[in-house]
Amino acid sequence: MAGEAELRLREQLSRLRSLPLLRGAKLSGELERLQKQLDRIVAEPSDEEIWRSVELARHTDRPYTLDYVDRLLEDWFELHGDRHHGDDAALVAGIGRFRGRTIVLLGNQKGRDVKERTRRNFGMAYPEGYGKAMRAMELADRHRFPVLSLVDIPGAYPGVTAEQHGQGGAIARSQALLSRLRVPVVTCVIGEGGSGGAIATALADRVLMQENAIYTVISPEGCAAILWRDAGEARKAAAAFKPDAAHCLELGVIDAIVPEPEARRAYRP
Amino acid sequence: MSERIDVSIEHKHAPSDDGARPHPNTCPSCGSHYRDDELAEHLNVCPHCGHHFPVHARERILQLTDEDSFVEEAAELRSDDPLGFFDLRPYTERLAEAELSTGLGEAMVIGRAAIEDEPCQLAVMEFGFMGGSMGRVVGEKFARACEGAAERGVPLVSVTTTGGARMQEGILSLMQLPRTVCAVEDLHDSGGTLISVMAHPTTAGVLASFASLGDVIVAEPGALLSFTGPRVVQQTTREKLPEDFGLAEANYRHGHVDSIVPRPELRPTLGRLLRLFANGR
Repeated sequence: MAGEAELRLREQLSRLRSLPLLRGAKLSGELERLQKQLDRIVAEPSDEEIWRSVELARHTDRPYTLDYVDRLLEDWFELHGDRHHGDDAALVAGIGRFRGRTIVLLGNQKGRDVKERTRRNFGMAYPEGYGKAMRAMELADRHRFPVLSLVDIPGAYPGVTAEQHGQGGAIARSQALLSRLRVPVVTCVIGEGGSGGAIATALADRVLMQENAIYTVISPEGCAAILWRDAGEARKAAAAFKPDAAHCLELGVIDAIVPEPEARRAYRP
Repeated sequence: MSERIDVSIEHKHAPSDDGARPHPNTCPSCGSHYRDDELAEHLNVCPHCGHHFPVHARERILQLTDEDSFVEEAAELRSDDPLGFFDLRPYTERLAEAELSTGLGEAMVIGRAAIEDEPCQLAVMEFGFMGGSMGRVVGEKFARACEGAAERGVPLVSVTTTGGARMQEGILSLMQLPRTVCAVEDLHDSGGTLISVMAHPTTAGVLASFASLGDVIVAEPGALLSFTGPRVVQQTTREKLPEDFGLAEANYRHGHVDSIVPRPELRPTLGRLLRLFANGR
């Protein structure tokens, strides 16, 4: 899409330049505006780069929440259960020490092999997961522990039980609780920031995003299925709604981008 | 710029893939057919079987509020196109078409009103405007409705009918979830009340934000209230769905709504709730 837009702008520019400058002042203003737009488009990630982000964000060699826990936290103690129905392995919560200070960490957790992936439900949380997250948030608020939330979720789980247990309401209340916390909350989108399932734990004082993470209102496949009537057009959908970190920063949705090492090294957790 | 505008892709009443779509005035549940005035007289509820037809925002406001009490606010707000979004058609074209067909500037109408002499603030969604989807302007209007309610010290009544966040504004639409959540929290901080009326359908991003945060949540009979719609759940999980999957009745059974209120009882119910929250003031 950027390609088309770029071509259109270039064409307009050249047409304007070739006009005899009868009303010069106005035209040069227009020229400047178009040139600026063009510069912006050229600096923006291309459709291919955006799709590469989608693929990298989903890469199975990418570090997951518990990989970060191993490397960032000491004395990690994982909390289990929402104290109502059960424990959701797709969303982990716990207490640990980060640089000498106790924090509460929340994070979506995917699995690497088939067994682990199934156990973690491909990282797709149930309302029970948000229930556990809310319990951890309350704990953090009570004890003045800052909250770090790592986001890596394709989307909240779309299942019958999830609906029966109130998926929509759980996501709404999780955000409401985050907005009320008196302790600092920092979020980093470390992989997929998929829609409502992601924002449920991403309302924060500071929102970071990794260079190759994506943050989306709907999955590219879902968007393509609805607007293009063909889930196979996911690339076009991704190019149109621009889920990459550079665009999220430009749109003011995140505060900063966390650079990643070269792909080759990054994907050995 | 002689862009070719393709208008052939989408027709509002085009037949669906699985055969002809019934006339909007034909009851999908019992097959009875009505004239516009017959339906309007019965608040768009099938007199034969009780099926609740959709209600447009303007009509809903007329049904609920005291005569001439509604004063619209922020009617001038219009969405722009922050991403230059283009699927099969440009977003701007879809917006223009929605405005023409609904006569509304966006998918939500807000304003001050009175219901059974009780003053309140209203935020009513319009499904006919791009599926009642929530982009930045809907988020802004809802936030202003919360502020208006707080300033005037009256409850806010929201009536939702929506497919969720608006894809065409991308991640900025997702940001309307926390935005409206925070607006409700601010309203609650000021001692204010949100009464959430969920009409068919209230799904995805709106269900996962302000609509679920009502002090009281009521639903219309048969309304689909689910984070994910039945089709996607079926496709993703291959589970057999219960017959009433995601419907208001199932949500009531599972404890997610306080009451299912048939449309003819909605106005008196809201009047009663407004009196209760006004607490004799």
